[in-house]
Amino acid sequence: MAIDAATVRKVARLARIAQPEEKLEPLAKELSGILAWIEQLNEVDTDGVQPMTSAVHMPIPMRDDVVTDGGDPAKVLANAPKTVGGFFVVPKVVE
Amino acid sequence: MSSLTSLTLKAALDGLAAKSFSSEELTQAHVEAVAAAKPLNAFILETPEKALDMARAADARRAKGEAGPLEGAPLGIKDLFCTEGVRSTACSNILGNFVPTYESTVTSQLWRDGAVMLGKLNMDEFAMGSSNETSAFGPVVNPWRRDGGNAQLTPGGSSGGSAASVAADLCLGATATDTGGSIRQPAAFTGTVGIKPTYGRCSRWGVVAFASSLDQAGPIAKTVEDAAILLKSMSGHDPKDSTSLDIEVPDFASFVGKSVKGLRIGIPKEYRVDNMPAEIEKLWEQGIAWLKEAGCEIVEVSLPHTKYALPAYYIVAPAEASSNLARYDGMRYGLRVDGSNLIETYENTRAAGFGAEVKRRVMIGTYVLSAGYYDAYYVKALKVRRRIADDFDQAFEKVDALLTPTAPSAAFGLGENADDPVAMYLNDIFTVTVNLAGLPGMSIPAGVDAGGLPLGLQLIGKALDEGTLFSLGGAIEKAADFKAKPARWW
Repeated sequence: MAIDAATVRKVARLARIAQPEEKLEPLAKELSGILAWIEQLNEVDTDGVQPMTSAVHMPIPMRDDVVTDGGDPAKVLANAPKTVGGFFVVPKVVE
Repeated sequence: MSSLTSLTLKAALDGLAAKSFSSEELTQAHVEAVAAAKPLNAFILETPEKALDMARAADARRAKGEAGPLEGAPLGIKDLFCTEGVRSTACSNILGNFVPTYESTVTSQLWRDGAVMLGKLNMDEFAMGSSNETSAFGPVVNPWRRDGGNAQLTPGGSSGGSAASVAADLCLGATATDTGGSIRQPAAFTGTVGIKPTYGRCSRWGVVAFASSLDQAGPIAKTVEDAAILLKSMSGHDPKDSTSLDIEVPDFASFVGKSVKGLRIGIPKEYRVDNMPAEIEKLWEQGIAWLKEAGCEIVEVSLPHTKYALPAYYIVAPAEASSNLARYDGMRYGLRVDGSNLIETYENTRAAGFGAEVKRRVMIGTYVLSAGYYDAYYVKALKVRRRIADDFDQAFEKVDALLTPTAPSAAFGLGENADDPVAMYLNDIFTVTVNLAGLPGMSIPAGVDAGGLPLGLQLIGKALDEGTLFSLGGAIEKAADFKAKPARWW
């Protein structure tokens, strides 16, 4: 399925990646090319096939519901772009 | 000096044990080799002081009779692995100057066993690429050149720094990761050995995530035995990764040199792709002949869904990547580019921080997971993935392992495939099936093309049967007697 510039704008918005207006058309072309190549999957008969969601050769284990880490705010904040008094500083979330 | 850097890991460990030289001497030689190899751009961060400190500590432990299995061996670490107190960026601008406050499980096990860190290795951004050209630090240059030429070639990707540094004798071995071929293709392009173990062998904890159901760590090394030694230290159960397998780790090195007589080797007919260079075809035939001579039985097998593996991968991997990379929001770590509100800050941060290929994949992933397309693309790809895994299950009822070429060409020139994403993706045509099925795969250098560039053969094994791959890899290594080294130009 071909993707148009409007779809690219929507997807970029969903992906939280700013894309300048003049990039939308070239990106649409590029992504359409990749998706056209992917379309060949429709040749495969997958009726009744269970989707494969994991490559692990065992069931997912359960662990005890206990705290194993934490209590070190300095480490948590060590790489933050902005902090004040032991807190992350972020843009206003609620208007 | 150069004699110490040309040692294999095994020979270096033997020399250390025999007190022929100290880890400090061995490490110093490698530190100097790394410092002299800037034109390769393989290391993006050198840690010489740390390396020498670790080497002296290793010498002290050895003197006390407490030497671990890798005691004193200098290694390179792919920048995808978080290293405590040492900048880790996944070669992306969005991680900027990220300095982890924790150590990845795989690297912590290497240090537990006595290894020494020389620094962090260049790679494609977030491991997304097959030529190292997507790195925010610029591409790695392959130490190999075509006979008589001086064109700069790719070392492959994404683990290009790992492969180039091992090929150029800058380290005794390197960590790498493989999501669609990122260990095996660079190994093939540089005349080195690389193994992607069974999914779940190595903990993913502390390894920057790309596509979690496909990502797996493994070593790139000079020999099959070296790869076995490194994989043993890297493997093992980790409660911090719920997909890490709680099973015993075999002594992989004990399989190297074992007879392969009577093993049944499958040759998948679907891997004879159109336009395959005659040299690759010839190398494959040669590999078959070597294994026959070693007493293996050759069986033609069919993996009918092979051609659908790459398109399925280019849904599954971007979908997982778009989800994993959502964490780079500029709030808690890494780059932040302010906007007039929160959403704009997210969008500006990610626009500035991600490179073109990462953006492309995040957008494809977002698209195939979005309302209205989820079933048509994502669920369809997961069903095809099951078909591909079933193909292998059926083949492994008849054979013990599969033999294929590793990559459809030798190393190509930097910039050659840069304009066409799909052409670049086709590099992984022989390797990506293994990631989708979660199986182990190994690349072994087996010959050179007409231009003198290395070519690799790939062995694919049953889940958890790396041992058989090490035996077969050892047999191919012995028969190929691959001794060529890149002539030093850097």
